[in-house]
Amino acid sequence: MRVARRLILTGNDATAEAMRQIDPDVVTCFPITPQTELMHKFAEHVADGDVKTEFVLVESEHSAMSAAVGAAAAGARAMTATSANGLALMWEIVYIAASYRLPIVMPVVNRALSGPINIHCDHSDTMGCRDTGWIQLYSENAQEVYDNILQAVRIAEHPDVLLPVMVTFDGFILSHTAEILEGLEDAEARNWIGNYEAKYSLLNTDDPVTFGPLDLQDYYFEHKRQEIEGMWHAPTVIREIGRAYGELSGRPYDLFEAYRLEDAELAVVALGSTCGTTKVVVDELRDQGTKAGLLKIRSFRPFPEAEIAEALGNAKAIGVLDRSVSFGAPGGPVHKEIKAALYGTGREIGIVNYIYGLGGRDMSMDNIKTAFAGLEKVAREGTPDDNIRFLGLRGEGGV
Amino acid sequence: MKERGWTEIPIGGIIEDAGNAATYETGSWRTYRPIWDSEACIDCLRCWVACPDSSIELADGKIAGIDYDHCKGCGICSFECPVDPKAIQMKLETDVAKK
Amino acid sequence: MPQLTEIRWHARGGQGAKTASLLVAEAAAMEGKYSQGFPDYGPERMGAPMRGFTRISDKPIRVHCAIYEPGMVVVLDDTLLSAVDVAAGTPADDGLIIVNTVGTAADVRRELKLEGRKIFTIDATGIAIDEIGRPIPNTPMLGALMKVSNLLSLDTVMAQIKKKFSHGFRPEILEGNIRAIQRAYEEVVGE
Repeated sequence: MRVARRLILTGNDATAEAMRQIDPDVVTCFPITPQTELMHKFAEHVADGDVKTEFVLVESEHSAMSAAVGAAAAGARAMTATSANGLALMWEIVYIAASYRLPIVMPVVNRALSGPINIHCDHSDTMGCRDTGWIQLYSENAQEVYDNILQAVRIAEHPDVLLPVMVTFDGFILSHTAEILEGLEDAEARNWIGNYEAKYSLLNTDDPVTFGPLDLQDYYFEHKRQEIEGMWHAPTVIREIGRAYGELSGRPYDLFEAYRLEDAELAVVALGSTCGTTKVVVDELRDQGTKAGLLKIRSFRPFPEAEIAEALGNAKAIGVLDRSVSFGAPGGPVHKEIKAALYGTGREIGIVNYIYGLGGRDMSMDNIKTAFAGLEKVAREGTPDDNIRFLGLRGEGGV
Repeated sequence: MKERGWTEIPIGGIIEDAGNAATYETGSWRTYRPIWDSEACIDCLRCWVACPDSSIELADGKIAGIDYDHCKGCGICSFECPVDPKAIQMKLETDVAKK
Repeated sequence: MPQLTEIRWHARGGQGAKTASLLVAEAAAMEGKYSQGFPDYGPERMGAPMRGFTRISDKPIRVHCAIYEPGMVVVLDDTLLSAVDVAAGTPADDGLIIVNTVGTAADVRRELKLEGRKIFTIDATGIAIDEIGRPIPNTPMLGALMKVSNLLSLDTVMAQIKKKFSHGFRPEILEGNIRAIQRAYEEVVGE
């Protein structure tokens, strides 16, 4: 049996540890709370000579992503990291990274977008760029942050995919919480990551190519269709790599995790750190005789709709937890995907949306119990009129 | 030219044959043709610097002629020419063709 | 020890509660336990009331929320007793509250209007000034906590302190902290 390398690290330090082992060719850096300590730690690895990375300090996130795009187009394995307003500032180039098919890996430490200004966790930043062409993997705890980053490099660089990957984790709740995880040995990690040979490199003067030409009515549509194809291949690749990683580490990964879901009548769908808290609540409710379960989404992009619809098949009521808002839309982004996934399956399942935790509002076990309690009536009576609910909100409409 | 389908082209908008603009002739786009007078030319190379289509041809560091396969007739070369009268004169293609 | 121990730290920004909450978690990890340590960042200002949290368990910890019903509370600043409900959620029978104060456990009990619980006091600020030369009470509070909680061995905490202070600190600082922890371990009293 393999002996685990037991670590106690914050989510940020676990990310820096994974990045140390990846030893990317280029890391571009601009600090923003709560990502800052991640880059502090990685900068220490650079300064200590633990990595051979070209560490590029830039003057904004727009430049951080631009420099990562340039490095990746040159054939480098490139990474950067950000949060919230930083992600918003790099927005333009986030799309460009995906459309140029550059396998950049970017940890995003989830933080509420301003305003009013807030530094704490919600998912408004990454949910806002769910349609940029990036793969998005959400993480429940520091272990998953570390594991997801090591897998993200292989997923992004897979020739059938060639899309950038965001590994997201909850600001402060995971980024600043020290907890136990298992790390791979350096040799194992290096072997897992392997070498990256970019198909195209701007630095290859023997066989020069052009990146980023004007692409108008004649070919832009075709290039977008190719990008969609890469995303369509991603579920298979994410699963294959998740399985292989399981063989290596003992921790297999899939597109989502079904926790006590098979015979669950009341199902909660969530992503991020809330899933761990929800599992504890599910166990408590099960002990009391309630058939509760959790569907934890790991891969939000690509969104495995058929498999999720299948996994939720036995539920009588579904509560979808959203840690962000889609203003003017019928519910939060996760809620809409779940409803869309169930459309046409012929099953009438009551669904309610619980918006929670905006701006870092704590998601307590009591909050989650409230959500499950609300589902009992939904199971009996179907989707109610008040199907968008605000969990932990003070005042009218809050539950 | 037949436009290709999405499975037939490189991904990401990449052009594998860098500089393939050379194979795309734009000379027919011209209304005015630059006529270069080698006698008047002082080889200052301003036209060569300014030409947006790399259509000023050089030999041994001196102007050798104009690439009419790619020159679109924009006239920047003539505008920049410091000689008086100019060593590059723009003439209507229809007039040149008549002669 | 119960399966899951939860500790809540109350302090003001700059008193080292974040470091303390993580340090106890790290020391628990050294003993092979599962643990979590995290702060509850507020406005990130020196002197503002803030909280830290530590969980220790024999099993993996899945929960990721604040601690509402702590078995143990450590108060690094007695001016918080009147400003924050430090005893909130503590079990009346065996809840443990340790306060950095020159007063007695009876004084704290009066101030909090609290019955039950076990209350302990220690002049951690005085010890910190004597031994470290700065009024940062977090490390002596660790000594007091280890004495009254039987949570972890004092040696483990000392080892973790040595590890943590081995980079970027002068040896006198480490030695001062070690003395402060030892003194608080011996001097903490309560009822």
